[in-house]
Amino acid sequence: MGNKTALYATHHAMGGKLVDFGGWDMPLHYGSQIEEHHKVRQSAGMFDVSHMTVVDVTGIDAKAYLQYLLANDVAKLDSLCGKALYSGMLNHEGGVIDDLIVYNLGDWYRVVVNCSTREKDLAWMNQIATKFAVAITERPELAMIAVQGPEAIRIASSLLSAEQAGVVASLKIFQGLPAGDFFIGRTGYTGEDGLEIMLPNDAAPSFWQALADAGVAPCGLGARDTLRLEAGMNLYGHEMDEGISPLAANMGWTIAWQPSERDFIGRAVLEAQKAAGNSPKLVGLVLRERGVLRAEQVITVEGSDEKGVITSGTFSPSLGYSIALARVPRSIGSHCQVDMRGKQITVEVVAPNFVRNGNAVI
Amino acid sequence: MSDIRKELKYLSSHEWARVEEDGTVTIGITDHAQDALGDVVYVEAPEVGSRVVLGEEAGVVESVKAASDIYSLVSGEVVAVNEALQDAPETVNSSPYDDGWFFRVKPDDLAELEEALDASDYRELLESEE
Repeated sequence: MGNKTALYATHHAMGGKLVDFGGWDMPLHYGSQIEEHHKVRQSAGMFDVSHMTVVDVTGIDAKAYLQYLLANDVAKLDSLCGKALYSGMLNHEGGVIDDLIVYNLGDWYRVVVNCSTREKDLAWMNQIATKFAVAITERPELAMIAVQGPEAIRIASSLLSAEQAGVVASLKIFQGLPAGDFFIGRTGYTGEDGLEIMLPNDAAPSFWQALADAGVAPCGLGARDTLRLEAGMNLYGHEMDEGISPLAANMGWTIAWQPSERDFIGRAVLEAQKAAGNSPKLVGLVLRERGVLRAEQVITVEGSDEKGVITSGTFSPSLGYSIALARVPRSIGSHCQVDMRGKQITVEVVAPNFVRNGNAVI
Repeated sequence: MSDIRKELKYLSSHEWARVEEDGTVTIGITDHAQDALGDVVYVEAPEVGSRVVLGEEAGVVESVKAASDIYSLVSGEVVAVNEALQDAPETVNSSPYDDGWFFRVKPDDLAELEEALDASDYRELLESEE
């Protein structure tokens, strides 16, 4: 029996198949993960993401602290209240402690980190904070519901107050703002448009029910994984961990090298890696025949003794065949061989992105 | 508790067998198995005319979650394969004992089925695994 979100009883009542996820009892699916996946791409689905960790950063050194803590630069967010960015939080060896989203709310920031990394992230953030005039405050009283898909914003807005709906209507992609008791971000982990709504725990069950009554499909972790993988989005612990550089995890674009005077944790190691230019890289793989690519399968690349490895693999419901993300030698060409249950199967190498806004991009 | 059919025989690896009127044996996976696997996406069945052997891998069922070997409860020649599963693998989930059958065998010796579990043994096995 693990931790339970405010929606635990609701998931039970709706037929959720509950499994352990990082010490939490979460729904894997409510019947068919493939059907849930299609609902998100075609209309609207919702996910209980209350297990994720919300941390507010306040104090006069909040910006300077985050500029040191994170590989991406929160100064990019100065132009718009509520603007958010995706960043890695690195250790001194340039490995990834976690990936996260941070929102700039003017004189405070909100950071959302993963569930399974909660203790070590908080310990690290607090340790680094001792050198800055900041307060780090976790917000466990907030539940979080992600509503995703082409109909998601329309349906969710119809259930909000006029004031809240007004805030939602104003949101740009990757912007989040307080709206009444809620905090609503136009963000997501599916490759579709949608919202991630933080709300008081007490309000979550009735809001979830209202969304379900309005036609939004409850979706579990199974669909969450196939959706994010189709969208080329990393999952901590798979594409990266403390021993993996962001340069090897398709996170190079999240590193703000400029201004060069900005020191951030891990910068020196990253600069050396960039200069050496021989980090492995993260690519996409496509298997257009029968079979499912799976994490940890070993990859052989022509012309290299170094093996690659699949970091995440699945069957793609939207494409109808198997896709994967893989960390491979930089010299990889257009194809490679994957050891699938003892047989070497040739697969196609693509950029790590497969479906966006419902359409195949490969 | 998942659905268990009284008239079938079972393996502890969650396959079932049904003896047909003509003496052939139909093989599939149980309701417990399809639930544990989740959405099935591919079924690799043995070819018609090939031989299967009791206790040896006869095919593979792949779900989004995992790949699982399928074992036959009898040795013999494969006389039919459920082609419908190629285009509609989800039938294994929705109808594991009926439309979701995998293949049919002309058995060398029906007595091999005496080694398999009957329905109440299989039920006990599932209860002990819970």
